[in-house]
Amino acid sequence: MEPGTRVRIKKNNVTYEGILMPSATDNIVLKLDNGYNVGLRPENAVVEQIESYNSEIKEQPVIEEVMTGREGLPQLTILSTGGTIASRVDYRTGAVSPQFSTHDILAAIPELGEIANISGRVIYSILSENMRASYWQKLAREIYNEINNGAYGVIVTHGTDTMGYTASALSFMIRTPVPVVLVGSQRSSDRPSSDAAMNAICAARVACSDLAEVVVVMHGTTSDDFCYIHRGTKVRKMHTSARNAFQSVNSAPIGKVDYTASDVTKLSVEFMSEHAHRGDNKLELHAELEERCALVKFYPGATADIIDYLVERGNRGIVLEGTGLGHVSADWIPTLERVIRDGIPVVMTSQCLYGTVCDRVYDTGRDLIRAGVIEGMDMLPETALVKLMWVLAQTSDMDEVKRLMQTNVAGEITARRANL
Amino acid sequence: MAIDYARVGLRAGLEIHQQLDTGTKLFCKCPTVLRDKKDARYSFIRYLRASKSELGEVDAAARAEARYSRTFIYKAYDTTCLVENDEEPPGELNPEAIDIALEIALMLNMNIVDEIHTMRKIVIDGSNTCGFQRTALIATDGWLTTEEGRVRVDSLCLEEDAAQKIEERADGSVVYSLDRLGIPLVEIGTAPDIRTADQARNVAEQLGMILRSTGKVKRGLGTIRQDINISIDGGARVEIKGVQNLRLIGTIVDNEITRQLKLMELMHELNNRGGRVEHRIVDLSDIFRDTASRVIRRAGGLVYGACLRGFAGILGTELQPGRRFGSELADFAARYGTGLMHTDELPAYGITSAEIARMRSVFGASESDCIVIVAADTRSRAENALNEVLNRAEEAMRGIPKETRRALPNGSSAYMRPLPGAARMYPETDVPPVEIDPLRLKDLSSRLPETFEHRIGRYKRQFGLNDELATKIGRSSNYELFEAIVRAYKVAPTLVARTLTDTMVELTREGVELENLTGQQIHDIFRLLAANEFGKEAIPEILRYIANKPDQTVERAIEELGLRTSMADVERFIEDTVASKRDFIFEKGERAVGPLMGIVMREFRGKVDGKKLNSMLKTKVLELLEANKGD
Repeated sequence: MEPGTRVRIKKNNVTYEGILMPSATDNIVLKLDNGYNVGLRPENAVVEQIESYNSEIKEQPVIEEVMTGREGLPQLTILSTGGTIASRVDYRTGAVSPQFSTHDILAAIPELGEIANISGRVIYSILSENMRASYWQKLAREIYNEINNGAYGVIVTHGTDTMGYTASALSFMIRTPVPVVLVGSQRSSDRPSSDAAMNAICAARVACSDLAEVVVVMHGTTSDDFCYIHRGTKVRKMHTSARNAFQSVNSAPIGKVDYTASDVTKLSVEFMSEHAHRGDNKLELHAELEERCALVKFYPGATADIIDYLVERGNRGIVLEGTGLGHVSADWIPTLERVIRDGIPVVMTSQCLYGTVCDRVYDTGRDLIRAGVIEGMDMLPETALVKLMWVLAQTSDMDEVKRLMQTNVAGEITARRANL
Repeated sequence: MAIDYARVGLRAGLEIHQQLDTGTKLFCKCPTVLRDKKDARYSFIRYLRASKSELGEVDAAARAEARYSRTFIYKAYDTTCLVENDEEPPGELNPEAIDIALEIALMLNMNIVDEIHTMRKIVIDGSNTCGFQRTALIATDGWLTTEEGRVRVDSLCLEEDAAQKIEERADGSVVYSLDRLGIPLVEIGTAPDIRTADQARNVAEQLGMILRSTGKVKRGLGTIRQDINISIDGGARVEIKGVQNLRLIGTIVDNEITRQLKLMELMHELNNRGGRVEHRIVDLSDIFRDTASRVIRRAGGLVYGACLRGFAGILGTELQPGRRFGSELADFAARYGTGLMHTDELPAYGITSAEIARMRSVFGASESDCIVIVAADTRSRAENALNEVLNRAEEAMRGIPKETRRALPNGSSAYMRPLPGAARMYPETDVPPVEIDPLRLKDLSSRLPETFEHRIGRYKRQFGLNDELATKIGRSSNYELFEAIVRAYKVAPTLVARTLTDTMVELTREGVELENLTGQQIHDIFRLLAANEFGKEAIPEILRYIANKPDQTVERAIEELGLRTSMADVERFIEDTVASKRDFIFEKGERAVGPLMGIVMREFRGKVDGKKLNSMLKTKVLELLEANKGD
């Protein structure tokens, strides 16, 4: 019998009545009329069908009026990549389905309609760990088109796992005259406590602000009190589950949005550091990427075989996540020297994340520089990887690669690091 | 007034929530300890939101309010973690808690599911940081027996306790403490098989005892909460929440029956009179511009009112001790933070007859009408409050509303909210289902605490109690104390059992607060009795004394009550008595003992065991008769 069928099950003198649920095991899972699910082993169970599955009686979504097209409000586009900011629970079956349409999003977060006129579109429906460079490229083109078509700002909903990578990639690929805001949620949108709505509302507010960069807007603290605006190239997910997982590394956030649940029209954006203003940039798209780049984390005892392997497999550039100021074992130096001589750029970043790479302090570092390793300054390893893909799509000249890697393009390199 | 339960058609069920005494919480490794709120390490704020379809409330105003939700402030401790904060996925269901729940289910003769599925039950009052309570159905279809018959036990759920509300601030925000959130508890619901108030109390007591007999449930204030479902013929199902005191259960049942019967009377009365609720809210502020009423001035000076045609005397009718129909209406006004006043109780609150007369003329109200007014600071607050009141007044002419009520300390109850519909539940996908191994059940079954039936049989065999007394003490919560005392001291088991059952019931009925007594004090009573420090007749007197002065020792009680007697004094008194009644003894012979016993008992009742006195007296009398024979 298929899930959704109403059945009566007799087992050990007890009668259970309810609706069959999908089961991950051999056990029968039944949703009882009191709302509880129970699992029953099929042995000695007599199952009797009462009603067949009737899709007609599927819980009808409550159609709620949503505000669309209010005069005087800016036009924002929400592009969805699979990170859900809205979802609906079917209480009859317990299924949770993500919602993407403009209507669905506005029904779940009607406050968005008080901030802007929203139009929503689905680009991907994937978990963010399944993202890849070619998806970033398509996304960049979509954003470019939206801005070209007059969007006052663009919001991208994204799974949080790799949101930092995407933000970084978009930062290099698009020169934007308007805000491009990535947003996600750490606590699933099927729970009343989800951070999705507040993050989305703050993101919408930022998308209307005087900003012209690719940014990530997420909770600033565990409280529902404000969101930070992080520069796309400087942001990193630093916690597996907490709301304030996203942090700016080696720079202060660009700004913050104070949140008031009772009146979202009163949300104010406070800028905390320098940033590009609306209209500072002319819209440009440089969406080419050399996907064949790798990020390698060094650990004590790791051998350089991995480098040979990666090069053999066709990789065109390598970012190392070294120790401390930017080191790998001295044993690696001959290998690195060889692959660099063969035209494979190697960029050094630090697994400390905080602070800048400086290979002039210790012998190993000096040897690495002599071998041709490019210091990745204070770039995040992930940002350096994405940037290397972007740079290698433009040039294979080793000197030019080095020059570009060490030139600040999208805020990824900070000239001065304050004591944070 | 005695209630004829069968005639009113009482159907009642109980729902009991009992915290389990596990080492860690239900979904994380935090200890299950309650904290001093001053020890909170940090706090954070959250909002909760739910789509309209999840709210279940019909009231549009409440719905709009809920969309934006109130501000919730959570206090966290070094004994709480990211799971309570809703910052980390829950761990797996605590196996220790599952075992305790299974044990309780077995003792209640329940059928246990093969696989436990944790659900999310939507709760957006802030008491759960995630906006839902995690709960799992463990067992169904059990039963327990009472003297009045079998009561079915419908369900046993294992769930997480909620955060504790510690403050509601003036700005509408609510402060919760996270220490209690996540403590495992079992929720046990009976079928509506309870037919009398006494039976309700018995069932609650028995459930409490079964829970305690596991030795794995928490004890003390707030660790067990009882809700009662009550309905009568022609009435409505009403759920009364938060009964803390077991002894109140009977009173609550009686008071709710009375309330529903009274409401039915009022309904008939109103229909006979042709009562009518006028939904016309009038601004009466002008009348009270220069009022002497501090209540009105303090509330903000605005007064709005409406007229209930033909309602005179209705609002003043008492439904329960200390609660009139007017109090029921006032509960609704209170939802908007306003008080309610009505002409059944006026003049009062500084409102004068002249002001009442002016109100009456505004509405063209006669003596048979009742005017209800609220004082507030804003028009909308007053109107919202009055609309609630008018709707409830109108309902009084149609019947008794289904509702959730809050138990009050005197056994009455106040309106809380409408009876919730079916709970909105969906699977907690973060917690994998747990299959129950039949071997685990077998193992638990073999180690269950003793059943009542077994214990009663054992008491008859082991201590020679009769059937009636064995049943009473066997089902009593004092059974452990009984066994300990009988094992420790040379005292008659029947006396101990009688004391711990009948005597205590009688004293409680008298109003003696026996809960003040400690087990140690009761031990001491029997220890000193065994040592002949006083006579068994004095036990009720000692209990009464200690209950009133719980910090006194039993020794002190014996002293204070003048129960301590030296046997030499007793002997002297008996000798003197016998000496002074020589002629009577010579006349009656051995039969003189009976009447003389009266004199001796008057002196030593409770101080010396009657049997002992009797034998001493008899000895002296026989000695005298013997000596006389020799003369």
